[in-house]
Amino acid sequence: MSTYIPKIQHKRGQLIDSLFILVLVYVSLYIPLFLESDTKSAEETATVQSYTWESLGVSAVEQEQWQKLGYDEAAAAEIINDKFDYTIDPLMLAITALVIIGYFFFVIRISDRQYREVIEEKFGADETSSKQEATQ
Amino acid sequence: MTAETSAAENPQRISMFKVLNPFHVWALGVGIVLVGEFMGWNFSVAKGGAYGALIACWVIGLLYSCVAMIDSEVTSTVAAAGGQYTQAKHIIGPLMAFNVGLFLVMAYTMLEAADALIVGDLMSAVAAATGYEGLSPQPFVVLTIAFLAWLNYRGVFMTLTVNFVITLFAFLAIIALFIGADPLNPGNILRHSDLLTELPYGWIGVVASLQFGMWYYLGIEGTCQAAEEVRSAGRSIPLGTIGGILTLLVAASLTWYVATGLMPWQYLGQAATPLYDAASIIGNPSLQVVLFIGTMFAAIASANGCINDAARAWFSMGRDRYMPTWFGAIHPHYRTPFRAIIFLIPIAVSFAFTGLLDQVITFSILSGLLGYTFMSINMMRFRKMWPLDVIKRGYIHPFHPIPALVLLGLCAAVYFATFLGYGASLLSIMAFYIVASAWFVMRRYQFVKRGDQFTMPWPRPRGY
Repeated sequence: MSTYIPKIQHKRGQLIDSLFILVLVYVSLYIPLFLESDTKSAEETATVQSYTWESLGVSAVEQEQWQKLGYDEAAAAEIINDKFDYTIDPLMLAITALVIIGYFFFVIRISDRQYREVIEEKFGADETSSKQEATQ
Repeated sequence: MTAETSAAENPQRISMFKVLNPFHVWALGVGIVLVGEFMGWNFSVAKGGAYGALIACWVIGLLYSCVAMIDSEVTSTVAAAGGQYTQAKHIIGPLMAFNVGLFLVMAYTMLEAADALIVGDLMSAVAAATGYEGLSPQPFVVLTIAFLAWLNYRGVFMTLTVNFVITLFAFLAIIALFIGADPLNPGNILRHSDLLTELPYGWIGVVASLQFGMWYYLGIEGTCQAAEEVRSAGRSIPLGTIGGILTLLVAASLTWYVATGLMPWQYLGQAATPLYDAASIIGNPSLQVVLFIGTMFAAIASANGCINDAARAWFSMGRDRYMPTWFGAIHPHYRTPFRAIIFLIPIAVSFAFTGLLDQVITFSILSGLLGYTFMSINMMRFRKMWPLDVIKRGYIHPFHPIPALVLLGLCAAVYFATFLGYGASLLSIMAFYIVASAWFVMRRYQFVKRGDQFTMPWPRPRGY
C-alpha cells in the first residue's frame, strides 16, 4: 500500500475547524432548553399556601435541622414539594437506547476501517510475515 | 527555529519533562475529583433519597474500581500524553480516538468551568457574610481560571505539587469534619435514626441516583494524562490511580455518613455546599473555617487538574492532526502544551458564564460516561489483539474479562439513570458527538497521516 500524503491545512482552515467544534458545543448545550422532556416537575405555578411542619410530614428532629439551616415552613415546603417524576416514556427510551448503541456501532465500524489503513501503512500489507513476528 | 516548536510539524520534536512521581499522579486524580465530595454528589440524594445515594456511592465505586484497574493496565503500556485518547488510537482506530479526545476535553473543560463557578460563588457568599452584599462572582471565576492556566503554562511539576498540597488539605478537612461530628456517640450530633428515611422513589430512584453518584469519583481516570511526564509510568500510574480510588472511596463514605446524619434528605439533595453546611450545623467556627478553605481548595485543585488534562488531550489531538496542528506545540522552555492551555481559557470562562450549570455538569458527566464505555470495549480488544505473552505490561489487572463486562453493564445502568430526569440533555449531547464524528470522517481525516497514528513499539496486532 502506498503511503497516504495528507493535505496541508492553512491557518484559516484551522481557525474555521476550531470554531466549528465550539459552535457545535454551544448548540448542544442550549438544545435541551428548547425541549420539554426533562422531568423535574417544579411546581412553578403553585398557589401560595400556608404550610405547617406537620402538614409537610416533617418530624421534630427534621424540623430542628431545617431551622438550624435557616429555613422556615414556607421555604422548606418549596424544596420538599419539588419532586422528580420517573414516568418512563417507552418510545423515548427506545429512541435513546438506539441512538447510543447506533453511535458506538458507527464509531467502531468506521474506526476499524481507518485502523486497517493505519496498520497497513505502519506494518505493510503482508500480514502473514507480521503475524509470525507477533507470535515470536 | 521559532520560539515555539510544533510537535506535529517537527519530526525532531521536543518532549515534555519527565518529572512526576506517584504522589503527583495521586494529586492529579484525587485533585480533580475531591470537589465532588464537597458538592455535587448530594444531587444523587435528590434523585433517590439518602440510602439511594449510598447505594449509588458503592455501585459507582465499583464502576470506578473497574475503570482504575483497566486504565492502569493499558496506561502502564501506553505511556503517552492524551491518556485514553492515545489508547484508542492504538487499539480501536482514529474515529474512536477523535471521540475519546473530545470526551476528555469536554468533560474536563466543563468540570473546570463548574469548579471556577464554585470559587466565585463562595467568594460572593463570604462577601455577603461580611457585609458586602451583591459582590459579583464573575471576576473571581475569570481570575481563578487565568491564575491556574498561568500555573499550568509554567510547568507541570509546580502545578501538580500545588495540587498535592491543596488536595491533601481538602481530604484532611473531610476527616476533620468526620471527627468533629463525634461519630462515636450516635445521637449526640449525628441523628441518623431520625433523619434517614425509606427510599422516597423506591428502587427506580436508586437507579436514577447513579447519575450523580458519578460525582463521587468523576475524573479519577485523568491520572493517565500524565503518562508522558512521569518518571516511571509503569509503576507510578497504577500506584497513583489505585491509591486515588481508595482515597475517594474513604472520602465518599465519610461524606455520606456525616451529611446524612445532619441534614434532612430533601435539603441535602439540593444543597450547593453540603459539607460546609454540615460544619455550620455542628456550630464549631474553627471547623467552619476549615471546611470553607477545604471547599475552596477542592474546587481550585479540581480546576487545576482539569486544565492540565484538557490541555494535554487537546494538544495530543493537534499533534496528530485530529484538530488543527497549531495546537500541537510544546513550549521550548517550560515544556508544556502552552497553546492548548491558552486556547481553552476563554472557552472554560464562556462555559461558566452561560448560566447553564445543569447542562454543563450533565455534559461533563456524560462525556466521562462515554469514555468509560469506550474503556470496556478497549480492554477486550487490547487483550485479544496483544495477549499477555505478546507485549509486556507494567501492571496486569486480575479477573479479565469480568471488570470490563461489569463496567459495560454499569455504564448502561448510568445511561438509563441519566435518561430518568435528563433525557433531553442525553439526546442533545449524543447529537453533538454524532455530528462531530461525521465531521471528522468527512473533513478532518483527510489531514491525518495514517501510519503516524501508531507509535508504540508493539508488534502487529492480531487479526490485522
